[in-house]
Amino acid sequence: METQAIIETNGLTKIYHNDVAVDHLSFAVNEGEIFGFLGPNGAGKTTTLLMLLGLTEPTSGSARVLGLDPAREPIKVKSAIGYLQENMGFYPDLNAVQMLRFVAELNGLTGSEIDGRIEEALHMVGLATEAEKKIGAYSRGMRQRLGVAELLIKDSKVAFLDEPTLGLDPDATNRIMELIERLCHDKRMTVLLSSHLLHQVQKICNRVGIMIKGQMVAQGPMDRLAKEKLGIGQETYSLEEIYMKYFQEA
Amino acid sequence: MQGINVILKKELADHFSSYRFVIIFALIAMISLITAYMVGLNIRQQLEGVAKPRFIFLMLFTAPGAMFSLVQFVAFFGPLVGLILGFDTINRERNQGTLSKLLSQPIYRDVVINGKFLAGVAMITIMLVSIVLVITGLGLLVMGIVPGLEEIWRIFFYLVISIVYVSFWLGVAILFSILFRSTATSALASLAVWIFFSFFVSIGANIVANALATDPSPENPEAIIRQARIIKAFQLISPMELYTDATATIIDPLRKSTRSMISVGPMENISMARFSGPLPLGQSILIVIPYIISLVAITIICFAVSYTVFMRQEIRSL
Repeated sequence: METQAIIETNGLTKIYHNDVAVDHLSFAVNEGEIFGFLGPNGAGKTTTLLMLLGLTEPTSGSARVLGLDPAREPIKVKSAIGYLQENMGFYPDLNAVQMLRFVAELNGLTGSEIDGRIEEALHMVGLATEAEKKIGAYSRGMRQRLGVAELLIKDSKVAFLDEPTLGLDPDATNRIMELIERLCHDKRMTVLLSSHLLHQVQKICNRVGIMIKGQMVAQGPMDRLAKEKLGIGQETYSLEEIYMKYFQEA
Repeated sequence: MQGINVILKKELADHFSSYRFVIIFALIAMISLITAYMVGLNIRQQLEGVAKPRFIFLMLFTAPGAMFSLVQFVAFFGPLVGLILGFDTINRERNQGTLSKLLSQPIYRDVVINGKFLAGVAMITIMLVSIVLVITGLGLLVMGIVPGLEEIWRIFFYLVISIVYVSFWLGVAILFSILFRSTATSALASLAVWIFFSFFVSIGANIVANALATDPSPENPEAIIRQARIIKAFQLISPMELYTDATATIIDPLRKSTRSMISVGPMENISMARFSGPLPLGQSILIVIPYIISLVAITIICFAVSYTVFMRQEIRSL
């Protein structure tokens, strides 16, 4: 099936005070796919996501999300993208329902629509019984699931997930990954997933991109990268081997 | 301006449920009530056996109670309210990591500042209006005098100017919360500005005036006047002086200039008033309008700086 690129960058560059954070980055993510966005800490992944969201202006180059330029039409882009940052950024004094309502209202949803959606979303991520608890008292895993609920509320076509599994126990990690996979499958959501858990990424991602020092050193389906780098058959590779190979070369 | 009402609503809810607001409101309400009560008693005693002079009700605000009058109290402590409401507006969100969440929603950046500023102004309005209403009620009870229509208008204008004044300080605090990452630093910086303008400007004004106009003595009245003019001009860089001048003839119609060179007690004021007519409301407003405009202007300048800084700031998640 011919799919179209939802996210596309062309020579995207960001320089912070003479520090090159993102260096002529060009890549594309197709509709309905889970793109594994890999790379060591400080490789420029978050900066790239911020540029795609229109929160940071690129120094040069261009980006397109759903055919829109984030630097020129940030509002339209931001209403289509669900962005989960590393620390989630929820107000600790609010409870889940208040937080989701705040997000929903900021996205221009109104009264009756909101309540139904919040209930449905909380049910889906398994937080329905915890809805009245303050977010400050939530565990990490619960916070991440609330983040997924936020994506459901916004009904985002595209999701940027910045290390959604950071600091989670194995069970919570699996739950989040399953949720993400389900969302992608059910809602045809396009997901840009940045993570260090290569084993998990390997399980759910269609394609991966490896970013090192601001540059995308490799992108494509995993089996192709495996063939190129490791030169062995499909059965035996692991993403970790590929990643380490690229990392050592760079 | 999509989303501004949403942010306004959330900020108001935050303010109302914060201990910070409750504490400062309680403190200010307490001081105002005590001052108003003492002033009221004082005026009632002095008025015994004397025909009621005009605008006696306004003296509830201008006559000194224990240490200061209510007008002086607002001029001095009003800024503190604005600063306390605003000093951590943006940097707390930044430290919590909620700022990038907020900005990744489909709203413009200025909506965030506007919403937060408006919520602060709403809190200030609620605070000042309720305190003035309570003081007025207390004045009615203690003094047994009903304010005339013109007095009510004057109190109303006084309130509006006071709200602008405290909002200016809110704007200063918001600016510092954008400039500094740490809430402690922004709190200290706003306090420093407040202390600078409340104490050092008047000291500095006197030093400058003494240096420029020498030999002020009863034999040399021109020097005294020159000195007074220099002091006044110099003091106008302080928002506090602007505010004092902006409310002067509004709340005190018997005053002959926006700044009196000698201070007199309430009784002298009353007896002096018998020989001089009060300024009509329209004329009072005409006199203070330049000060009001300046007050609004510095608030807008403060805001313009906040905007430009905030718009250019890089949003990096922590």
